[in-house]
Amino acid sequence: MDFGLSEEQSLFQDSLDAYLGDRVGLERVRRIAAGKEDPQALRRELVEFGLSGLLIAERHGGVGLAPMDAAVAAECLGHHVTPAPFLGSSVVAPLALTLAGGQTERLQQLAAGELTIGLAFAEAVGARADAGLVAKGGKLSGKSLYVLDYGAEEYLAADAERRLYLVAAAAVAHQPLATVDRTRTVGELVFQETPATLLSEDPDCLHTLIDTAWVMLAADTLGAAQNMLDQAVAYAKEREQFNRPIGSFQAVKHLCAEMAAQLEPCRALVWYAAHALSAAPDEAHLVACHAKAHLAEVGAFVARTATEVHGGMGFTDLLGLHYWFKRIGFNRQALGTPELVREEAARAQNLAA
Amino acid sequence: MDLSYGADYKAFRDAVRRFVKTHRHKAPKGDGPRSPKVLDWQKLLIENGYAARTIPRAYGGFGAKPDILLSRIIAEEFAAAQVSQGIGGQGIAMLVPTLLEVGTEAQKQQFIRPTIYGEMVWCQGYSEPNAGSDLASLRTSAVLDGDEWVVNGHKIWTSTAHLADWIFCLVRTEPEAPKHQGISFLLFRMDSPGIDVRPLVDMTGIANFNEVFFADVRVPKQQIVGARGEGWKVANAILGHERDALGDPNLTLSRLNALTKLMQTETIDGRRVLDHPVYRDRLMKIQARVMAMRFNDMRVLSARINGQDAGLARLIVKLQGTELRHELEQLGIDAMGELGLAYGKNPHLRDHGNWQSHYMFYLGLIIGGGTSQIQKNIIGERGLGLPREPKPQTPLKR
Repeated sequence: MDFGLSEEQSLFQDSLDAYLGDRVGLERVRRIAAGKEDPQALRRELVEFGLSGLLIAERHGGVGLAPMDAAVAAECLGHHVTPAPFLGSSVVAPLALTLAGGQTERLQQLAAGELTIGLAFAEAVGARADAGLVAKGGKLSGKSLYVLDYGAEEYLAADAERRLYLVAAAAVAHQPLATVDRTRTVGELVFQETPATLLSEDPDCLHTLIDTAWVMLAADTLGAAQNMLDQAVAYAKEREQFNRPIGSFQAVKHLCAEMAAQLEPCRALVWYAAHALSAAPDEAHLVACHAKAHLAEVGAFVARTATEVHGGMGFTDLLGLHYWFKRIGFNRQALGTPELVREEAARAQNLAA
Repeated sequence: MDLSYGADYKAFRDAVRRFVKTHRHKAPKGDGPRSPKVLDWQKLLIENGYAARTIPRAYGGFGAKPDILLSRIIAEEFAAAQVSQGIGGQGIAMLVPTLLEVGTEAQKQQFIRPTIYGEMVWCQGYSEPNAGSDLASLRTSAVLDGDEWVVNGHKIWTSTAHLADWIFCLVRTEPEAPKHQGISFLLFRMDSPGIDVRPLVDMTGIANFNEVFFADVRVPKQQIVGARGEGWKVANAILGHERDALGDPNLTLSRLNALTKLMQTETIDGRRVLDHPVYRDRLMKIQARVMAMRFNDMRVLSARINGQDAGLARLIVKLQGTELRHELEQLGIDAMGELGLAYGKNPHLRDHGNWQSHYMFYLGLIIGGGTSQIQKNIIGERGLGLPREPKPQTPLKR
């Protein structure tokens, strides 16, 4: 029995962490967030590292790893508030195309980093006013709001019947949407009898993709929250008031301890949820729900508390702590708020109608 | 991630399951200490290796090699079947491991066998009215007079002192030494002249705790465990065990199942409590935390098996486990509304009133065994490396 990362996964984590440490400093995050640097360069650097082919079979040019490895990567990316797409092109699209079958060419292109695919199925979790897609004669009409990894060449989309489609960005009207988290790109797509490739009619396919995305968002929050806690602890050791480090005051120490106490079990929850995606399909859905919702709650607590430990500096742009704060906030709202996801957890156990 | 216990372990689990099924009718249910049913069951468990499993045969145990997974499987199977896992209490949980670690051969021979068979019941004399979180400032004294220690002082929160035959007790033997170095670990009989036990009724209405007063209690010199002045080290060698046991996520899981059932049966205006979305959301929140603590427990267990320290994952268990349990019990009470107030003789009582009693009892555990605030100091200082609070400029008087 060995509950945790394997030796290979630990090595992978360390090397990705070092790679991102070299390339994704706060200055670059600021430049990309402010639109002063094209995020494509960073995306290509992640492709060079091998993140694009993580989940793609070796025969299609990938490395054929498991969702747990992708979660390890997501945690690292969150830790460094990496302003580059990952969820769509590196995780959900490879999975969708593999499940759909017959998509060899696209998988090869994804693995090589020559194709990017965004996610336009937020409405499958909860549609806001005016949003949602309907299919008629194989063509899609309607609006998809809050598309993740906006700026991609193609999008995965879902209709009201939970069928899964692939559409070309060129075939839809679209516009970017500014959000609080500038390390991610979000947009809106408008379909008008837009031709789309049907990937799967089975709603379970879409559900698997959502579960996987939930676990990746949870892992991203885990990494970001851990970094905020680390920064808060470092600051509390260094910053002095009343002639002592503020971390020696129990009022501050206990805030840090409470963050650690809530965050540490999240690590085991995210690991298990990621493991279950491929190894325990019967449990995967429920654990994915809880990972997404619980990390959203603990993430919000850590984001707020770590900022507070930094005092006034935490509130400034100078320190840049807000990039993590906003990233965690993004992960909380994206693809279902905790309330919606917990309701799904109850339904999954027949505890709700 | 390798979560399998392996084929050998599966065979072992099957054997435990068979044992439980065959013998469960003999298991005690709430019988008091020293009752024949309790003693017979304990004997049967030890003979089969399901209690005192790793205690050497020379001292009356089963004598198996330590194997954390086997112990875990036994605990899981007995808990799942809701069958008594034998005698618990501080003698077995704390004194026996201490004696095995630092006791003399004569002490091991004298005390371990009757303790594990439930014939010798112990209480723990640690806390004092002025030595709670700051346990090392304890003042109960023991002065050597010829071949005997003479003990004077006052202990509090002494569970089962009114039932115990013996006490293991921290006393100050070197009043001039720094506070951690002046303590010794003594064993003595509770029927010694000069001991006065006064029950302390807790908020649940039960007097499980006591205050214990010592007035010139004479204890044979050799009834000391470890060397003079080493008592703090002796006591701390096993304190971690108690903290781990206070937040057991498997017990919490069984309470979560009971809570889910309660919310499926209780109704408001003819509608199941579970069908009220706000209640249901609270249940799901709790379920996520129970789940996280169970996986955290697997992580800690796996680290122990592989000889690693699980670090923060272990340090947070007492704090998180007891707080979570208290909140879980509170949701049970809230699910019942006014009926949740029922306590004692009341025809509307649910589940023998255990929602209220556990709710209060777990508040006791949040405080006992190192308060939540002390836990946060430990997490902050040992886990996160935050600086300790500076010592006061002038030493406070003892």
